[in-house]
Amino acid sequence: MKHLLLALCFLLTLPSFAQQPETAVAEGAKSENFDPGKVIMEHVADNHEWHFATLGDEHTGTHITLPLPVIAYQPAHGLSVFSSSKLHDSETHTYGTVKLEESKLVSTDGTPLYDFSITKNVASLMLSCLILILIFRTVASGYSTRKGGAPKGVQSMLEPIVLFIRDEVAKKSIGPKYERYMPYLLTIFFFIWFNNLLGLTPGAANLSGNITVTFMLAVATLLITLFSSNKYYWGHIFRPPGVPLLLLPIIVPVEIAGIFIKPISLMVRLFANITAGHIIVLSFISLIFLFKAATVGVVAIPFALFISLLELLVALLQAYIFTLLSAMYIGGAVEDHHDSDFQMGYDDGSEGAPAAH
Amino acid sequence: MDLITPQLGLLFWQTILFLLLLFVLTKFAWKPIMAGLREREDSIESALRMADQAKIEMQQLKAGNEKLLADARQERDRMMQEAQVMVNQFRETEKTKAVEEANRITQQAREAIQTEKNAALAEVKNTAAQLSVDIAERILRRELSEPAAQTQLVDSYLKDVKLN
Repeated sequence: MKHLLLALCFLLTLPSFAQQPETAVAEGAKSENFDPGKVIMEHVADNHEWHFATLGDEHTGTHITLPLPVIAYQPAHGLSVFSSSKLHDSETHTYGTVKLEESKLVSTDGTPLYDFSITKNVASLMLSCLILILIFRTVASGYSTRKGGAPKGVQSMLEPIVLFIRDEVAKKSIGPKYERYMPYLLTIFFFIWFNNLLGLTPGAANLSGNITVTFMLAVATLLITLFSSNKYYWGHIFRPPGVPLLLLPIIVPVEIAGIFIKPISLMVRLFANITAGHIIVLSFISLIFLFKAATVGVVAIPFALFISLLELLVALLQAYIFTLLSAMYIGGAVEDHHDSDFQMGYDDGSEGAPAAH
Repeated sequence: MDLITPQLGLLFWQTILFLLLLFVLTKFAWKPIMAGLREREDSIESALRMADQAKIEMQQLKAGNEKLLADARQERDRMMQEAQVMVNQFRETEKTKAVEEANRITQQAREAIQTEKNAALAEVKNTAAQLSVDIAERILRRELSEPAAQTQLVDSYLKDVKLN
């Protein structure tokens, strides 16, 4: 466990160093027509195989990749499961009735295809789940082996964060009913943080910068908010206290839209922040290849390094913001009547908490 | 556009794995962690409360000790005083006794001296009388040969007797 964590920390400290050779090797050979947009999108978007590096020319060189299982369901042809290397090995990128077209799976005969493949992002998701479970099992076992004693090792590293989420986020935003929501808040915080960090490691997937992932997390927050809402929450939406009757036709639709705008803002914020960070780092490195001059690296690499370090901060910050805002939305839904009078004015329905938008 | 198009497969896996992660972490990590934290906080709180209580008890004990000490000191003073009184009384009686004894001894001595003195005086008187008789005898033997001298002597005796 300790070694795994150490290795993880080690990898996290040099994301930009490690990203440079990868990009350099991958694109060095085809410098005659370098398209930074395509390269960046390849790095940021999902893929059916886990590509680490290319040695030599793109068409004739060796690709260092981890083939991933393709799971495609075609109502016309049934379920097909095979390795993604079979798609990449064939000249036409076809295997059976499945064809890879611009990194998307389609049926060769045009019938609908539902792609449930273990893509790079799904593999990374599984890896992060495994890491999270291993780490927090270790932390939890620390509490049973040292009952009531002082924390040690990984436990003492992560305990202050857990306490921070509990005391500063959950207790302050949700109030006395915070305990029910602690597992969810802790899970999203560490899930987003770890995946942000994993996304910064060289060769890793951009999972937390994927709109599908942030969409799912935002929907989870929305559903928890709606299912834990009380009558005061709905009263606040359909009959806001202190609003003149004539204004209700304007206010009520705005309030109803607000229910959905809140999670949408969560989704877009996380997606945009993480993806933008990746794009900036990759753009700086792409400059070297655009200008076809290694000297550009003297400027571009320090900048990329700086942005990478900034991304380490953003990784933590975005996880915190997502968790804090989720807690505020939940807090707005579960708060009792006597609080709500003081909180008119706050769009997120929280009491005097800092707006971290 | 690729970037902002949700992927069905990823959504499927993300939902399943996230719920699984939430479930596993809740059961095997968050619950034990939160319970452990609460347990430790409770134990710290109770330890602090116990320390406070111990402090109060210590103060009470200290106050009790001081009271005990003050009592002991008072007792000692009282005993000292009693002893002093007793000593004084004893000394007084001893002194009286000594004085009486001294007086008695002095009295005895005085009486003895008186007796001795009387005895001595009696002896002196006897010796003096003896001497006088002896002297008188010798004188008489020599003088009474003459009648005038005899008369003279008798006269002188008579004179003495009268004077007495």
